[in-house]
Amino acid sequence: MATTVTTPITQERMPKEHYLNADYGVRSWLLTIDHKRIAILYLVSISIMFALGGIYATAIRLELLTPAGDLFTSENYNKMFTAHGVIMVFFFLIPAVPATLGNFLIPLMLGAKDLAFPRINLLSWYLYIVGGLITLAALFLGGLDTGWTFYTPYSTAFSNSNVILAGLGIFVAGFSSILTGFNFIVTIHKMRAPGMTWFRMPLFVWAHYATSLIQILGTPVVAVTILLVAVERAFDFGFFDPARGGDPILFQHLFWFYSHPAVYIMILPSMGVISELVTCFSRKKVFGYSFIAMSSLAIAVISFLVWAHHMFVTGLSVYAAMIFSALSFLVAIPSAIKVFNWTATLFRGSVSWQTPMLYAFGFIGLFTIGGLTGLFLASVGLDIHVTDTYFIVAHFHYVMVGGVIMGYLGGLHFWWPKITGRLYPEWWARVSAVLVFVGFNLTFFPQFILGYLGMPRRYHYYVEEFQVLNVLSSAGASVLAVGYVIPLFYLGWSMRYGKIAAPNPWPATGLEWQTPSPPPTENFPVTPEVTEEVYDYPNLRLPKETVLV
Amino acid sequence: MRSDIPLFPPNASTMAVHVDHFYLFMWAVTFVFSIGIAVALVYFAVAYRRRHRDERPGEIHGSLLLELVWSIIPLLLTVVMFVWSTWLFFAQARVPDDAIRVNVVGKRWMWKLQHMTGHREINELHVPVGKPVHLVLTSEDVIHSFFVPAFRMKKDAVPGRYNETWFTATQPGRYHLFCAEYCGTEHSRMIGSVHVMESAEFQQWLAGGPAPVSPVALGRKLFTERMCVTCHYGDSGARGPALNGLPGSKVALLGGGSAVADDTYLRESILTPAAKVVAGYQPVMPTYAGQLGEEDVAALIAFIKSLPPLAGDAASRKASDLRSN
Repeated sequence: MATTVTTPITQERMPKEHYLNADYGVRSWLLTIDHKRIAILYLVSISIMFALGGIYATAIRLELLTPAGDLFTSENYNKMFTAHGVIMVFFFLIPAVPATLGNFLIPLMLGAKDLAFPRINLLSWYLYIVGGLITLAALFLGGLDTGWTFYTPYSTAFSNSNVILAGLGIFVAGFSSILTGFNFIVTIHKMRAPGMTWFRMPLFVWAHYATSLIQILGTPVVAVTILLVAVERAFDFGFFDPARGGDPILFQHLFWFYSHPAVYIMILPSMGVISELVTCFSRKKVFGYSFIAMSSLAIAVISFLVWAHHMFVTGLSVYAAMIFSALSFLVAIPSAIKVFNWTATLFRGSVSWQTPMLYAFGFIGLFTIGGLTGLFLASVGLDIHVTDTYFIVAHFHYVMVGGVIMGYLGGLHFWWPKITGRLYPEWWARVSAVLVFVGFNLTFFPQFILGYLGMPRRYHYYVEEFQVLNVLSSAGASVLAVGYVIPLFYLGWSMRYGKIAAPNPWPATGLEWQTPSPPPTENFPVTPEVTEEVYDYPNLRLPKETVLV
Repeated sequence: MRSDIPLFPPNASTMAVHVDHFYLFMWAVTFVFSIGIAVALVYFAVAYRRRHRDERPGEIHGSLLLELVWSIIPLLLTVVMFVWSTWLFFAQARVPDDAIRVNVVGKRWMWKLQHMTGHREINELHVPVGKPVHLVLTSEDVIHSFFVPAFRMKKDAVPGRYNETWFTATQPGRYHLFCAEYCGTEHSRMIGSVHVMESAEFQQWLAGGPAPVSPVALGRKLFTERMCVTCHYGDSGARGPALNGLPGSKVALLGGGSAVADDTYLRESILTPAAKVVAGYQPVMPTYAGQLGEEDVAALIAFIKSLPPLAGDAASRKASDLRSN
């Protein structure tokens, strides 16, 4: 193919002083209030959580190779899928993009020295760690077998596992999420550099603004709900257990009131990443800036009004089901708007196929399938058959793994030169991007078919006719696992041996690229002034101080 | 290991084919949009690939017309999906009048079923082909879900309330029954089968084995044994309302308000009588929670429903008046 891949711009040496070498020692990291260092702390923590969750996923896929539950006992199998869900949802997917890339980039993109409340930012990380350790203790010392959804009355009156301890960990980590959201909102309102108007903000920032709104409005509800579960379990109160006068369905209403919007807490930041990638690697202004920005807010608002589509077979009234079905269809529209605008951005662009762009392509493809299969579930008449089956498992992995992780990895590669000051090896990165995409589809597409055939989720044993598709899925998972492991090596390698990146290696617009790589602790030697429109690629100038290779 | 990969479960109820058609329509939409997006992405990526390091493509600002087009077309499509799937849902929600009733109780980790003839089954359900079957579900412990993929039918069995659903089987045969709501350690072993039989064969099955006690008969027995009869029957009338004609009627409650006496109301009034007290009576009834199993409660409700409407009692007269309106 006669395509010219542009080589990222490098330079001869790193800046003399930057945030990474500004101070040394464990103390300088654990007590740092620099948003960039806190982002690194999160990056390390969520990577460990992702690896743990991945180990559980591997064990699950191995068990499901055969219809009989022959590798683990049912009790342990149930604890494993619970651990996989709890770790991945609460300790990886929710913080993945906002706590790492968001933390690192929002002040840089706005031209600020830090977040509005640097100490609260550090507190958020400690809450995450304390919550994470409590939950891990619950998972390792006895385990938890309720599923990540904690449905009552099983969780309050029947499970013999560590419900209270695990719930306490999630409760604490929830405050980490609330405080991060609060910090972002204040920062975006008050810390924008001169000239950085609302509609000059990168779409990455808009996406985080919408996410933060959901975090501060939704997370307290799930925190209270988990608290009620703990109180019912510990002190025999009757909130949810019908034997004590409670209503088990009430729990589901409260839980999904948060947990459906939580899906958007996960996906919106990744959508923000994609907007940055698509513009940079096609050198175009984003198509329909205000439509993409406003669709993020629309998603944040509508996402609070669709929760009962998780409950169509619980005995919900016919009319309630109709209304929630209609609202659930509505949330698809802003998502569709984003996909069409990203695609249109490429039109007559200058498209470069570097790794972050491959991830962006992957994101758009997988998110489109994930989003459209969501419409199957908004359709009450069809949801009755597919809910609680592998169709659901496939759908939410397309959104939450296909979407969130593709966005996260794309963003990580894109800003890697900014974060570390070095370039990753392009060839290896492309190989892993392709493996992740192919492995992902092989793993999860068969699960749509399995679900329609009727295989319920959370099944340790299954009937024989489901085996072929399960074997296919497990085989795909092994490809996916290789795709996830490779970056660990080459990104690690690049921190020491990678080529030294220029301040603006791609090159891209945005204030974060106008400061050295890696940036100094104070981000900008002089507070920048914004005079250009956002994504001003037509007038992009290569920074003078760079050395071209 | 079977090597063929089926795409659909067996098609064995009146609903199945309708659900399959809608499902295929949804996949058609999914493929058209996904492939459309993929083709556009690949085409743009190749046709507008970067040829020189310093390329500066021209400015395109966006287009209100395009934004409207690609908002309105998906919106119209979702309206079609909504109308179609809601129509399916209504068909699934409306139980035919001539349906034969089967009570279903989920219990970790088994399904207990009872026909109105009194026949009891565990993890197996025998039904005649071509006849609507009305399932009334509850649970003795946690939430379960009664799922028969061949019928495209699923409903949660929730403790403390009755849910209902129905199906009409179209093909004789044996079909999987799964518990679809996670219910603890042996969740994946809470499975069974539905046997769809020709009508004559089903009658034979009913006739086989010892003569069962019907729920109405069991309910009558319990009604006397548990002393319900002392306050709730015939002209005893003083301490509790008579129950003749009560099911399905609207009941005025102590302290204002009213309730419809559906199965869930009757169940609650037996197990937690203080929750809703009928206007004009004292909250003196003892609770039967913990003393009656779900099957006993179902039998009592079946018996109450079998009572003929009586004249001469205030409560029953009021109830029957309301119903005749």
